[in-house]
Amino acid sequence: MNFTLPLFSAAFPELILLSMTCIVLLADIFLPARLRGLTYYLTQLTLVLAFVAAFMQYQDYPEPIITFHRGYIVDKLAILSKLIMYVFSLFAFIYARDYIKERRIATGEYYLLGLFSVLGMSIMVSAYSLLTIYLGLELLSLSLYAMVAMYKDSTLATEAAIKYFVMGALASGLFLYGISLLYGITGDIQIATIAQTLQSNLNLVALVALIFIISGLIFKFGAVPFHMWVPDVYQGSATPVTLFIASAPKVAAFVIMVRVLVQALPSLQVAWEQVLILVAILSMFFGNLLAIAQTNLKRMLAYSSIAHIGYTLLGILAGPQSAQGYSAAMFYISTYVLVAAGAFAIIAILSKQGMEFDQLNDYRGLNARNPWLAFMMLLLMFSMAGVPPTVGFFAKLGLLQALVEAHLVWLAVLALVFALIGAYYYLRIVMLMYFEEPATPQHSQHIAVSPGLAAVISVNGVAALALGLLPSTFIDLCRISVG
Amino acid sequence: MILHLIFYAYALVAVASAVMVIASRNPVHSVLSLVVTFFAMAAVWMILHAEFLALILLLVYVGAVMTLFLFVVMMISVRQESRRKGFVRYLPFGILIVALIIGLVVIGIGPERFDLSHYPAPLLPGADYNNLTQLGSILYTDYVYPFEIAGVLLLAAIIAAITLAHRGPVQRKVQNPAAQVAVRREDRIRLVNMPVEKK
Repeated sequence: MNFTLPLFSAAFPELILLSMTCIVLLADIFLPARLRGLTYYLTQLTLVLAFVAAFMQYQDYPEPIITFHRGYIVDKLAILSKLIMYVFSLFAFIYARDYIKERRIATGEYYLLGLFSVLGMSIMVSAYSLLTIYLGLELLSLSLYAMVAMYKDSTLATEAAIKYFVMGALASGLFLYGISLLYGITGDIQIATIAQTLQSNLNLVALVALIFIISGLIFKFGAVPFHMWVPDVYQGSATPVTLFIASAPKVAAFVIMVRVLVQALPSLQVAWEQVLILVAILSMFFGNLLAIAQTNLKRMLAYSSIAHIGYTLLGILAGPQSAQGYSAAMFYISTYVLVAAGAFAIIAILSKQGMEFDQLNDYRGLNARNPWLAFMMLLLMFSMAGVPPTVGFFAKLGLLQALVEAHLVWLAVLALVFALIGAYYYLRIVMLMYFEEPATPQHSQHIAVSPGLAAVISVNGVAALALGLLPSTFIDLCRISVG
Repeated sequence: MILHLIFYAYALVAVASAVMVIASRNPVHSVLSLVVTFFAMAAVWMILHAEFLALILLLVYVGAVMTLFLFVVMMISVRQESRRKGFVRYLPFGILIVALIIGLVVIGIGPERFDLSHYPAPLLPGADYNNLTQLGSILYTDYVYPFEIAGVLLLAAIIAAITLAHRGPVQRKVQNPAAQVAVRREDRIRLVNMPVEKK
């Protein structure tokens, strides 16, 4: 038999992540209790090291490299999304630290499972066979289910974990069934081979496989009609877990969507484009409309995330006809994730033990209680709504341009209308914070925030503004990577 | 022909027992039905010449996993479901979904599109062909990356399971005579100098 040794250096970020995760695990087990704080720093060090490794790859590998028996790919898309994911996970752990310490959530295990899910996402974005994609997805999902369920004091979190688990298992089943059908007609699970085989031999079976695969992907992404788990899980989980679920995994889901639909099934493009148009319209419609009716901020942001996923899908479906479709979608999802992470972080920072700060009424008069946090929230909400100086505006602009280029003007108009509806509930929060009085007198004391957290959230909020003022670098980066 | 009969017999058993898994009100019956499903599936795999996988399914799933599962179900003594809440309410929706999926599968991958003439069966291997050798030779070479990920997945599952089941360390409540004797007054009492409170 002939066997070529895989190029291990290509998988350097994953190797670092895995070996460091094992070190963190051993350290957390054997360190005495007073040194347990080290787990957190080791976790962050792991992410920094992985970031550096991936960053070096960005310069070292200008051309895509496929190795590990054609199951692993290093291209610009994989590297850029890895960089984004590592940064957001780092931020998510910083925000989580105080919150989980106050609420007796097992800290060491939280970071460990977090690292495992980061590893799963890393595997997903550089997977080049359906088997590796599925395994990465399962590693990510399994860790996330456990992270949701870890908040044992909260019955809401337990309920959310069960819902997430059952729905996620169903989605995995659908995805696997689609993969098995694809394997049946192409005889391979490698993405490039599937694309090649389907070009010459296309039939109805491939279409059925596509329907199952796309259902599974949309489930994981959280778009209508498979969105039922999103509001419950976002609301029920501890806020840092919600933050984590809402940030890096969305980027990973976007990348596997591109890999499976665009790179593996380009011959079925007409079919998946129609499906995505329907899913995107429904997501924008239901997401924005149902968000208006919410009184809980976490639930509102959950519906808004459904709407934003809808916008991202617009970029993917415009991609084949428009040069900048995919890069616009990449820009959109990564900036949305930045903004969503910031918004959930503010909820986590404001929450005190035994009291979640997640009702809309809690935000009445926030400006008087902590002007800087209120200003950060204002920036984030403006960005979500797409108000000009912030980054959300350029993200939406890029998408609309791509849609017009792809001759889907009606869809662009529709997206704009839904964005206007969406602006209502984002701006309502700004109005509550700046123009309303606190609901009760005891809600009017000043809120103190530790300087470290204030600095981090400032970086997050100001990034939403700075990327909006100088978007060209990041847009170019997306264009080079995805284009 | 005889192979077809065997296949249909086992396929029927598999589907029927799978229905029993979700229809049975007694959890123990559900678990046992699942065992039957696995057994029937192992037989189907055997027909497909996947002897090793079929035996592993029997040994690992039926022999170990399901037995453990049965233990757990018996130990936590799940009560029988008294009434199915909302069964009738959700039935139309469920039937609609099932009909859609079955329709999709039958129309999409029915015999006229997915049969042996479109996708011919692989040639039967010779007598010296060994499933186990083939699996072993690619599992640790070509498929080493997915194999390692599967290992990591199990590690993550172990950590997750321990985290969810762990309820803090349990310590014995015994007396330590040496510590009791060695106790000093300063360890137990702290005198605080307080100003007199004014009314």
